[in-house]
Amino acid sequence: MPLVLFWFLATLSVVSALGVVVQRNPVHSLLALVLTLVSLAALFIGQGAVVVGFLQVIVYAGAIMVLFLFVIWLLNLPVETRSTGRLVVKFLGTIAVAALLAEIETFSMPGQLQLKFSATHPAGYGSIEALSQTLFSQYLIAFEVTSVLLLVAVVGAVALARRSTMVEVQERAEQLASREKAA
Amino acid sequence: MVQLSWLMALSAAIFAIGVAGFLIRRNILVMFMSIELMLNAVNLAFISLGSRLGTMDGQTIVFFVMTVAAAEAAVGLAIIISIFRNRETVHADDLTLLRW
Amino acid sequence: MNLEFAALALILVFPAAGVLFNLFLGPRLGRGAVNLVGPGVMFLCFAVATWAFVTLMRLPAGSALFCPLWRWLEAGSFHVELGLKVDALSGVMVMVVSGVGAFIHLYSVGYMAHDDDYARYFSYLNLFALSMLILVLADNLVMMFVGWEGVGLCSYLLIGFWYANPQFAYNGRKAFIVNRIGDAGFLLGIFTLLSALAHHGVWSLNFADLQKHAGLIGSGAATATGLLLFMGATGKSAQIPLYVWLPDAMVGPTPVSALIHAATMVTAGVYMVARLNFLYMLAPDAMAVVATIGALTAFFAGTIAIVQPDIKRVLAYSTVSQLGYMFLGVGSGAFSAGIFHLMTHAFFKGLLFLCAGSVIHALEGEQDMNKMGALRTRLPVTFWSMLIATLAICAVPGFSGYFSKDSILEGAYESGHFWLWLLGAITAGITCFYMFRLLFMTFFGESRVEPGKLHHLHESPAIMTIPLVVLAFFATIGGWVELPVGLLWGDAFTRFLAPVVGDFKPAVVASPAMLSALATGLSGIGILLAYVCYLRLPGVPQLVAARFKGLYQLLLEKYRIDELYDLLVTRPLFFISDQILNKGIDQLVIDGTANRAGLAVESSGEAVRRVEDGNVQHYAFVYLLGVIGIVAYYVYLVMH
Repeated sequence: MPLVLFWFLATLSVVSALGVVVQRNPVHSLLALVLTLVSLAALFIGQGAVVVGFLQVIVYAGAIMVLFLFVIWLLNLPVETRSTGRLVVKFLGTIAVAALLAEIETFSMPGQLQLKFSATHPAGYGSIEALSQTLFSQYLIAFEVTSVLLLVAVVGAVALARRSTMVEVQERAEQLASREKAA
Repeated sequence: MVQLSWLMALSAAIFAIGVAGFLIRRNILVMFMSIELMLNAVNLAFISLGSRLGTMDGQTIVFFVMTVAAAEAAVGLAIIISIFRNRETVHADDLTLLRW
Repeated sequence: MNLEFAALALILVFPAAGVLFNLFLGPRLGRGAVNLVGPGVMFLCFAVATWAFVTLMRLPAGSALFCPLWRWLEAGSFHVELGLKVDALSGVMVMVVSGVGAFIHLYSVGYMAHDDDYARYFSYLNLFALSMLILVLADNLVMMFVGWEGVGLCSYLLIGFWYANPQFAYNGRKAFIVNRIGDAGFLLGIFTLLSALAHHGVWSLNFADLQKHAGLIGSGAATATGLLLFMGATGKSAQIPLYVWLPDAMVGPTPVSALIHAATMVTAGVYMVARLNFLYMLAPDAMAVVATIGALTAFFAGTIAIVQPDIKRVLAYSTVSQLGYMFLGVGSGAFSAGIFHLMTHAFFKGLLFLCAGSVIHALEGEQDMNKMGALRTRLPVTFWSMLIATLAICAVPGFSGYFSKDSILEGAYESGHFWLWLLGAITAGITCFYMFRLLFMTFFGESRVEPGKLHHLHESPAIMTIPLVVLAFFATIGGWVELPVGLLWGDAFTRFLAPVVGDFKPAVVASPAMLSALATGLSGIGILLAYVCYLRLPGVPQLVAARFKGLYQLLLEKYRIDELYDLLVTRPLFFISDQILNKGIDQLVIDGTANRAGLAVESSGEAVRRVEDGNVQHYAFVYLLGVIGIVAYYVYLVMH
């Protein structure tokens, strides 16, 4: 992909990532995150991973972020006014993160990443056929397990988030009352 | 020609920002979003490396990561809702019941 | 020649049976049964001993009767077989122990007639007899030590017999502990001997084997062994420095004093030295030490005895003094002389104690001679017996003590120890003085008895006076087994023992008659002095005491040795024990370490638990640190 495009997308994703972290209003953070995801998706497509890029936009930015947004609205979260923790933690945290960043960047230094790569991709690289090819042959078991995982997640989410039925509420009230009498 | 090292550096940067956000912010939802940032940074790394190697493995892994992220987001948000119903707060400092 | 004589085991079985009977059945079957069994088993034992002795006499000189028992200890090459042996030496000892012991048991029946604890008393007394006989009949050093310990135990039990009195119990403990110190030396002596012999491959402690291989023991090891074993003897036989328990042991019943602390137990040390004569002959330095301590103790104890008011205490110090004589004898190489004096001493000292017991019994427990006097008409049998015993101990010619004490002094002089001889001769004079002082104060002069006790005063019953008469008989003729050479059967006793203890080789030639005359002269002066002080001019002792007040106090307080030991040994020991070992090490270090270990765990746990504060971000921070570490490792790998 053209260099200009790359630099633009890179800058955009970093800036919006910072925006996620810095914003006070959670909805604004969310929107910044969406922007990051979209720019990353563009980067994916630029690398030749077309399917994954689209999936990123549709599933990640489309579904998961919307879910986040629904929760924020449901909880009716206000803009954050309280201070964000002790100074010591913030300070140490920043230093630690800087250290981590520096460490990882060492891998990116020129001369470190000596990967033999093909200049061109094979035909059909990044297409849905190619993805399915690997998905259903090499990673079949992982695929099946992931589907079970999704099922479990659905059940779990429903079970965790539902309100108690009227019967359960009554039972709980009776429990509390008897405990008070005993005390 | 986009250098691989630039892409990796970018991935590292976004990952670091995600970690920083997780450590610094107090709102649980924003912390969650920082986690998503981290996941995406890793996705970028996978895609870039897979592209350079010319295999589909990177993309397949990213596929799985996205699935798991979705599942995790669902369950995590359900937990947050449940907590909010009991505690009326999503501030991390108020949620320290599992202490000594 | 050696003859197997299985009946020797009976000598031990009878007293053992007595112990069991008196201990378990005695209280139930009553006083009559105990009074029968207690002395009865001893007389049976004496009968068997006599039979064995007579058998031995018929065998050629140097023979022995033996009775092997069983193999007791086994550790590698080291083994101990228990067995009994009666040769000339142990034959004499066993006769004395069982004979005198039997009569003292009989006497006890009368003496303890009013005491309710008779069963326990006779079981202890029988146990003592058993232990002493084990000691005497043992054919090896280890078994002898078993008996040695046993008599120490019985001594403790019997001294503190009336344990309800804390002082009596304390004295019993004192005896046991002081004995124990000596026993430690004894054990070290056994170890030294064994290690010296083991070097040459000899692992047995049997007396016969020891004598056979005596040449393998170097003189250094022999001296060390001799001194260490003698340390045990100073404890058991009450010599300097471990004699301090004997005077305090007088709080026990008087028959106990007679048996244990006059006739038998205290003589165990002398027997041990005589038994190991071959060892001591290899170590002239050790023998010199033995003789010197013996002579010094004899003199030292004698000086204390001249001022004591308690009748039993005078006799106790007299015992210490006479034991000193015995050690002077064996230390000079005159082993048979020492054993001879042991035998005669058993007769007259045992008799002295029994007579004292008779007096005390008649006076309902009074022991202070200042409250006695003019008893000879009221207690005739006791008086005449005591007179005979006193004449014997003062070595008045003709009586048993004369022959034995003279042999010892002769041996001391002829082995070259002139100064020790002189000390012994002077002590003979002192002995006569205090013994006649005792006699005069108790039986002569004006009656100083408390009026309340006068009408109850009567002679002891027959069961107590018969032993007195028997012992008086032996105190008279007991010395006639050893007469001056040329007269009748001459030195029969020495010749009888010679195969076992060896011959005495004089280093200095002397005329026995001269020595005897000198010693007798000094004795005579002692008697005269006592006569003058206590009969003719009764005021003299007080005048002398007032004139030499300091010396008198010192002697009366027995040179304050007990106080010295308390200061030098007991108090530092207690101090170390309490302050250093207890408070310092035990509480501070050991308890402290244990406590602090626990506290350390507790406080570190207290500190560490604060890490888990429920804040997820803090957890994540720590997690991050870990990640940084791992990545750093990979960076390192990549860099190099």
